[in-house]
Amino acid sequence: MGFDKFGRKSFTSFTKTGKFVDLLAEGKVEGTVCKQCGAKYFPPRADCAKCLSKDMDWFELPKKGTLETFTTAMYAPFGFEADAPYTMAVVDFGAGVKAFARLAKDFSDPKIGMDVTVRPLKYDDGQITFEIAKA
Amino acid sequence: MAKDVAVIGVGQTYFVRGYEGSIRELAFEAFREAMQDANLTTKDVDASVFCSAPEYDKQRSPAGVLAEYLGLVPQPTFYVETVCSSSTVGVKIGYSMIKAGLHDIVVVLGFQKMSEITSAESQERMGRGGDIQWEAPFGTMMPAYYALYAQAYLAKNGLTLDDLRDVRVKAATYGQINERAVYRKGVKPEDFDPNNPDAKMAGPVASPLRVGDCCANADGASCIILANAEKAKIFSKKPVWILGIGAASEVVNMASRPDFSKGIQVAKAAANVAYKMAGVGPKDINVAEVHDCFTIAEIMAYEGLGFAPEGDGKQLIREKATYKEGKIPVNVDGGLLSKGHPIGATGGSQIRTIVLQLRDEAGPMQVKDPQIGLNHNIGGVGLYGNVTIFGRD
Repeated sequence: MGFDKFGRKSFTSFTKTGKFVDLLAEGKVEGTVCKQCGAKYFPPRADCAKCLSKDMDWFELPKKGTLETFTTAMYAPFGFEADAPYTMAVVDFGAGVKAFARLAKDFSDPKIGMDVTVRPLKYDDGQITFEIAKA
Repeated sequence: MAKDVAVIGVGQTYFVRGYEGSIRELAFEAFREAMQDANLTTKDVDASVFCSAPEYDKQRSPAGVLAEYLGLVPQPTFYVETVCSSSTVGVKIGYSMIKAGLHDIVVVLGFQKMSEITSAESQERMGRGGDIQWEAPFGTMMPAYYALYAQAYLAKNGLTLDDLRDVRVKAATYGQINERAVYRKGVKPEDFDPNNPDAKMAGPVASPLRVGDCCANADGASCIILANAEKAKIFSKKPVWILGIGAASEVVNMASRPDFSKGIQVAKAAANVAYKMAGVGPKDINVAEVHDCFTIAEIMAYEGLGFAPEGDGKQLIREKATYKEGKIPVNVDGGLLSKGHPIGATGGSQIRTIVLQLRDEAGPMQVKDPQIGLNHNIGGVGLYGNVTIFGRD
């Protein structure tokens, strides 16, 4: 279902976690949690790698995490050229939950360890993603 | 330290930009050299393994086509892929087939003709060696992935941009004396100076990595011929024995990785297995080839292999300990940075360098009297880790 709408350009059309895109449209960035063993996953998974259960629920990412690392790409791969330069980063929410995304375009002077949050982002062409902003 | 499987022949093409021939002709060059090295005819070969990263070639299932061109039909053949570590994994599989008694002599051939697509297309394909569902939609590429590690190292481990620069200067020292390398020029510290208008290495690629921190794409092929002990004694005056093989995998998504300032975990896991199997430790290694696709990767390799304590890899480059005359020479053939990185051929090229070193045939790159050598070959962004340990007869 509709996963080709995810990101600047999606390489995957169908996934059982396609609801992620609908949740983004509702303003939520969510991962999945295993109903059997409680393992949390971000990005979301439809199946649990720890106990092999298929019974998963959604959970909202914490509001605040810390910037673990980042890089500003001066060149972009094929299909992303118009966006360069852009900064990609990893956010650590603690308890083993992290997220990888771009920093918001207006995110100035990123520093490792600073407080950040993630939020949905809609592009003009209808694509939808999430980005990292200052908390 | 069992001596059951030996390398009896090695071959490698010149690594070049824009090879003027097809992949089968490229493969033939490395194969012919290795066959002559081992003094074999095609009838002596029992099986072949071909290794590359898919998507660069228009040819689907290349093993059959290449086996035919090398005269290795009707012997069994197949294809193996772990992106940048494909041909080291090919050697591992060849080792396993011989050890299992299936075959006596196996040819492992790694190849890549990267120049068939543009640099931007190449970046996109390599970026898709990461997670295409959750990461590629952000516009990822290999330099950016490794830059995430580099940034964490700069912030937490006291690593400096000058340390990274000095890894590149070392690589170029040896790239200049390796006639098979794609980048034959020297690199000076001032080439990284952002205030120097002629600084060819200073341009930003993915912060903090600069042009000079990144390896060069190249076309090339490598060939490693393996034999059991009986055949090794017949065909080789200087067999080089495989003493230890270690391999490991890591989660692909950056969001699932442990602390970035602690480096790439697969190298440690693979090294532990290889050291244990060989019955040796980091201090016993006399010459090493590590996967320096980016300068930061070499620093992380020093730590992953136990040549330096965790977080302290920078000391080895500061002390010049990894130069040819140092206590642990690393990448004295120019490494991926200067020799070039034709993805599928890289592991075999590293292994060829170690074999030549252990046979005292490395020419101007020769390290003094090495007994034990190691290759460290990483596929993807620390996705597949492979460490192999070799010893002389």
